[in-house]
Amino acid sequence: MDFLFVQFLNGLASASALFLVASGLSIIFGVTRIVNFAHGAFYMLGAYVAYTLTTTLTGPLGFWVALPLAAVIVAALGALVEMTLLRRIYEAPELFQLLATFGLTLMVEDLVVLIWGPEDLLGPRAPGLEGAVNIFGQLFPAYDLMLIALGPIVLAGLWLLFHKTRWGVLVRAATQDRTMVAALGVNQAWLFTSVFTLGIFLAALGGAVQIPREAVHHMMDLQIIVEAFVIVVIGGLGNVFGAFLAAFIIAELNAFGILLFPKISLVLVFLVMAVVLVVRPWGLLGKPEGAARAAVGTALQPWKRLGARGRNLSLGLLLVLALLPVFAGNYLLAVSTEILIFVLFAASLHLMMGVGGMVSFGHAAYFGLGAYGAALLVRFTGAPMEVGLWAGPLLAVAGAALFGWFCVRLSGVYLAMLTLAFAQIVWSIVFQWYEVTGGDNGILGIWPSSWASDPMVFYYLTLGIVTLGILAIRRIVFAPFGYAVRGCRDSVLRAESIGMNRMSLQWLCFTLAGSFAGFAGVLYAYLKGSVFPDVLAIPTSVDGLVMVLLGGIQTVAGPVVGAAVYEALSIYMTSETDLWKLILGGLIVVLVVAFPEGIVGFWQRRVQPLLSDRDGRDEEPAREGTA
Amino acid sequence: MKLEIHHLNTWYGRAHILFDVHARVGHGEVVAFLGRNGAGKTTTFASIVGLVPGITGDIVFDGTTVSGRKAHEIVRLGLGYVPEDRRIFTDLTVEENLMVGRQPPREGAPTWTPDMLYTLFPNLAEMRKRPGGQMSGGEQQMLTIARTLMGNPSLVLLDEPSEGLAPKIVEQMAEALTEMKRQGLTIILSEQNLHFARLISDRAYIIEKGRIRYEGTMDELEANPQVRDAYLAV
Repeated sequence: MDFLFVQFLNGLASASALFLVASGLSIIFGVTRIVNFAHGAFYMLGAYVAYTLTTTLTGPLGFWVALPLAAVIVAALGALVEMTLLRRIYEAPELFQLLATFGLTLMVEDLVVLIWGPEDLLGPRAPGLEGAVNIFGQLFPAYDLMLIALGPIVLAGLWLLFHKTRWGVLVRAATQDRTMVAALGVNQAWLFTSVFTLGIFLAALGGAVQIPREAVHHMMDLQIIVEAFVIVVIGGLGNVFGAFLAAFIIAELNAFGILLFPKISLVLVFLVMAVVLVVRPWGLLGKPEGAARAAVGTALQPWKRLGARGRNLSLGLLLVLALLPVFAGNYLLAVSTEILIFVLFAASLHLMMGVGGMVSFGHAAYFGLGAYGAALLVRFTGAPMEVGLWAGPLLAVAGAALFGWFCVRLSGVYLAMLTLAFAQIVWSIVFQWYEVTGGDNGILGIWPSSWASDPMVFYYLTLGIVTLGILAIRRIVFAPFGYAVRGCRDSVLRAESIGMNRMSLQWLCFTLAGSFAGFAGVLYAYLKGSVFPDVLAIPTSVDGLVMVLLGGIQTVAGPVVGAAVYEALSIYMTSETDLWKLILGGLIVVLVVAFPEGIVGFWQRRVQPLLSDRDGRDEEPAREGTA
Repeated sequence: MKLEIHHLNTWYGRAHILFDVHARVGHGEVVAFLGRNGAGKTTTFASIVGLVPGITGDIVFDGTTVSGRKAHEIVRLGLGYVPEDRRIFTDLTVEENLMVGRQPPREGAPTWTPDMLYTLFPNLAEMRKRPGGQMSGGEQQMLTIARTLMGNPSLVLLDEPSEGLAPKIVEQMAEALTEMKRQGLTIILSEQNLHFARLISDRAYIIEKGRIRYEGTMDELEANPQVRDAYLAV
């Protein structure tokens, strides 16, 4: 009993830091609509800077000055990022900012290693609170008691700020309708900067207060960002009280889950998020969102079937790919095979996001289910590749059909987070169900049949399947079904009022997209000869998102180009330099600023008009209709 | 002139919405933009206040060219905007809604305090602490106007202030607008409701399919039933 109480207190102490980070994320999203992927990176920076300050500032007060000072320094950095980077891309399609902040995260991960080294750093103990307090005969760190108090104090401070100052009232107003706030004479730019700075301050403070409890290391960011997202969504986007409540729930789940259900501890958090979202689609304290802004995939210009030039270009590209084995060695062939697989993966994600208007943060689930579908068949039945190739994706189809049924009941970021929850559930099951999946050790020995084991043959096999897949996806896009799904994407109300069943259409689209991802996953399993839980993990999903956004979500050809460019770049970088994250991240940031409509979007809007002499006005389509 | 519009053309993407719209509004005048649904009234207002990116032409406010500037900069010059669909902040109380609109006092424009606005719109005085979401349509409309007046504008663009309101509320609205006019405000309102416009306006422009089709005093328009029937008749 006493032990349980102390465990409860442990949970409370973790909840405070989680709340600091999540509330910052929530406030930033509420006002700027930026899904700030870099939030975890700022949390990590807060911890590193606090480490440096606490070890340099001496005297008993040094430590207590160092923590807030670290948060202030990192917040200033955040303000700089907002002004120089994010401010340029507020007008870009939603989620594009996600891509930019992802690039930033990659950069920070390498930068902290460059500055502070790769080792774990242990911060000093808090002067005055080094000891432990005796609670019911159990020892509990005094510092953690201070942390427990910190959460409610910050919550109260935020409440006062938002209700008793004009700035806070402006922030709340902007959370609801930022255009109207501008139309009342408020300079949005500075409002956004200040909100972003406050959010980063909270994240960095959350990181700084961790240093007496946990080692500082360069992987802290990913760990926290996912939990912070989960908390924000469970609590309700933009709702600070919700974030507080959700942080408490998640922290206690973590504290007790490991005791009560050690076998499924990893899955618990995401299970809870999935249940909350299914029961309360806007989070515990959130409110239904008003009419969304232009949907993610809304086209820059109407999508057209390929013209003569486009068709010739595609055929030419296919010919080049078909001739590749003539001059390419085995290594290049293997790399090309991998790139092709990710082209199909990205195209399938685009089918869901760009065509269906359903943003997925968990597309890796279907890729991984396909891969594991084949791997499990091999492991338990010894089925040959000919069977695995077709039976493997069935697992992905089943997963997509099951998860999709729930997901299409939501929309926007909530839908995206539910896809993430399902992906993480699948990942946790695979990771912890050691007897069946081999857990972390993966499943080995998934080799192609002997006739296809030659890299060239497997390359052709992949090329064939990927080409068929892309053709099928394009066929879907331009079929009546594709028009119907795109109609639902652009206006649910209008689509439903002419008798379309939005949910079944989107469900089918979701399942189809998952199936194509499954095929890509199976090919990947046979290419690598093994499957590990990584294929299902968040980085794989994020890679998919980056590919689609980089290529241009508002175009049909975007994902193909984006996947090829991103995958080629990242394979090249990882083999050439240790600082690949820094370079790749920097490149992503530059590309986002230079091509806010994606590579293909840039081509279509800026380059193509110069090639053809049609004179058409080239204007930004109205995002918020005022007519 | 308080506001001059020359050759205003507006595009939404590739769709050309306004064609060479022009207007001249003098100090202290009340001018109505009349036209049917979809004629381009709202687009004209949104273009003036800088909420539409794709415009060409000149908009001159108090001698300053404002076309091409950002919405908040234009509003800070003293050009207030009351949107058609009310867009009050539903989570914020009446007081807080007014606080969002607050701007420093301005020379040559009446200065408003919340108390003065509660006198102008007595309904609002009784619900200072009520969230905007729990108000009737008429009360919300009054709150939008009061919120814009908190910015102490010298000119107010009112987009269909009488739309969807009960006759009794329309009357109160007309009284309030008359009082605003008496205080020296220049007012441009858009209306489909000719009767309401006639109560307070000095002059009118009629807009149809994105073009100005007629301009004249209210009295001239009265005397010209063909014009009225051609462009406005229900």
